[in-house]
Amino acid sequence: MNTPVLNVRDLVVEFKTEDGAVTAVNKVGIQLGQGEVLGLIGESGSGKSVTLRALLRLLPERKSSISGIVEVDGRNVLEMSDKELRAYRGGETSMIFQEPATAFDPVYTVGFQISESIRNHLGASRAEARARALELLKLVGIPSPETRLDNYPHEMSGGMRQRAMIALALASSPKLLLADEPTTALDATVQIQVILLLRELQRDLRMGVIFVTHDIGVAAEISDQVAVMYAGRIVENGKARDVLKTPHHPYTEGLLSSTVHGAKKGETIDAIPGMPPNLADMPPGCAFAPRCRYATEICHQEKPELETGANGRRVACFHALEVA
Amino acid sequence: MLQYIVKRLIYAVPVALAVSVICFSLVQIAPGDPLAVVLPADASQEIIDQTKARYGLDKPLVTQYFLWLGNALTGDFGISIATGRSVSAEIASAIGYSLGLAIFATLIALVVGLTFGLVAGYNIGKPIDKIASAVAISGVSVPSYWLGVVLVVIFSVHLGWLPAMGAGINEDAGLSERLSFMVLPSIALAAMPAGIVTRSVRALVADVLTKEFVNALRAKGLSEFQIFIHVTRNAAPTALTVIGVQLGYLMAGSILVETVFSWPGTGLLLNNAILTRDIPVLQGTTLVLALVFVLLNLVVDITQPLLDPRIKRT
Repeated sequence: MNTPVLNVRDLVVEFKTEDGAVTAVNKVGIQLGQGEVLGLIGESGSGKSVTLRALLRLLPERKSSISGIVEVDGRNVLEMSDKELRAYRGGETSMIFQEPATAFDPVYTVGFQISESIRNHLGASRAEARARALELLKLVGIPSPETRLDNYPHEMSGGMRQRAMIALALASSPKLLLADEPTTALDATVQIQVILLLRELQRDLRMGVIFVTHDIGVAAEISDQVAVMYAGRIVENGKARDVLKTPHHPYTEGLLSSTVHGAKKGETIDAIPGMPPNLADMPPGCAFAPRCRYATEICHQEKPELETGANGRRVACFHALEVA
Repeated sequence: MLQYIVKRLIYAVPVALAVSVICFSLVQIAPGDPLAVVLPADASQEIIDQTKARYGLDKPLVTQYFLWLGNALTGDFGISIATGRSVSAEIASAIGYSLGLAIFATLIALVVGLTFGLVAGYNIGKPIDKIASAVAISGVSVPSYWLGVVLVVIFSVHLGWLPAMGAGINEDAGLSERLSFMVLPSIALAAMPAGIVTRSVRALVADVLTKEFVNALRAKGLSEFQIFIHVTRNAAPTALTVIGVQLGYLMAGSILVETVFSWPGTGLLLNNAILTRDIPVLQGTTLVLALVFVLLNLVVDITQPLLDPRIKRT
């Protein structure tokens, strides 16, 4: 692996609730090389988005606490001062949000919002920032960018807004791009265009990307490595091809077989039975054990650690070898 | 935009007509004989008939209405029964005072309401929010005339800082002296709208802060002050509507405060007209105030799209 752009170790995120602290992200570790794409997969509530937001320290400070190490380009984000943090957010690391419709401020033009970031990070004048914003809109393939610059978010289509969001994220050439289900809110055809655009930009600009999705097909399309999250933990991690072809964790296996992609009519889809556990009331052993068909005595009593195997493959399961 | 303004002005015509009918008939329904005030109790029938004819009160109501309306359209609201002066002149001199007071009060309400609302909205659930909300509720709940009297007792009677009543109309009064007469009535008048503005701005800010774009603004590295500007800009269009409507209420709703402070505005004019059954003054003032209200709403509607691009006026 080349120099890591992102090194996350023992990331723990707790939310303070009235019933005490709830651990939303538990001892997550991520290593991401320059120009590498990590697909972060999992069900809703598995902690994917929280992990992503923790990397930018976007969680409400009063209601949450983050611990562990988050190193981007060798600097620990969790120890940054407010000023350093402002330079880091949208500077070294940018984020693309799930809903481009709500992620733009509705009362400012898209051009203003992109320029705003350029002026903040690069200290550019209004005119320079506008010129750069125009370049960015061209880069993400928005037609007639000159007029679009003065559009308000509601005057654009969903796909175009997401392209504009990407342009905004690229404003100061980030090394790390965090994409929080950036295609979920889009039509299928637009979805593919946006994914291809992201892939292309990521290669050209050599950005590290974390791509959060619950769509295995999307993850397979874009990722170099894949990490599967369940109930706040990474349960399996490795090269995308390896993990998606031969999953070693029963949950990954379940996710793969419950996907609708490629299933034929009449063929049964193996849905994973049951629901993810309540984070405030976790089972003592493996969190997936109650839904797992491989589960034995030990699974209900002890938590499996994330063990590193051959090829940098990491799995947290006592029965990893039984899962084909 | 111009088309929109013209359209709205045309819409204002039927509204004004309806208002004029209501103004006219309400006063007719009200008990009491206006002539009883100007005529001695033992006036002969002949004198009563003469006086009625002079004010046009001998004609059928519908005729009276159209005569009144026709004159009103030319700016002539007739002659005050109580004072014998032209109603238009009375209104013209009073409305300036009311407008001045209303604008001054609105400014106070705006500054206080925005400050409290922003502080509370940013700190929902914290003690400072609860204090601000309690103050806002007191502002809404306290009767303005009572507050007026309390203010007079404290600042005029005990401390002697500010004049208790009147408008300081004498010629040689300087600006600061004139303003000093406005302070107490403006504060009394501003208490309620300040409370209302506080409560709506608080709710607006709290709502905007839950929006995803605030996270997105943070994610691109804006400072909290820059985000604050975004939040304020988002809350502005709705806050403007609230304030515009309040200004309208202040214009029309200052009867009690103007009476407490003997402020020579439309409120005092109305109050005296009610007490003396001065029908022409009542009708004229009510109509003018209603039109001001319609006009204010129009101004708010025109200003809103300038602040919120999602609203289109066509």
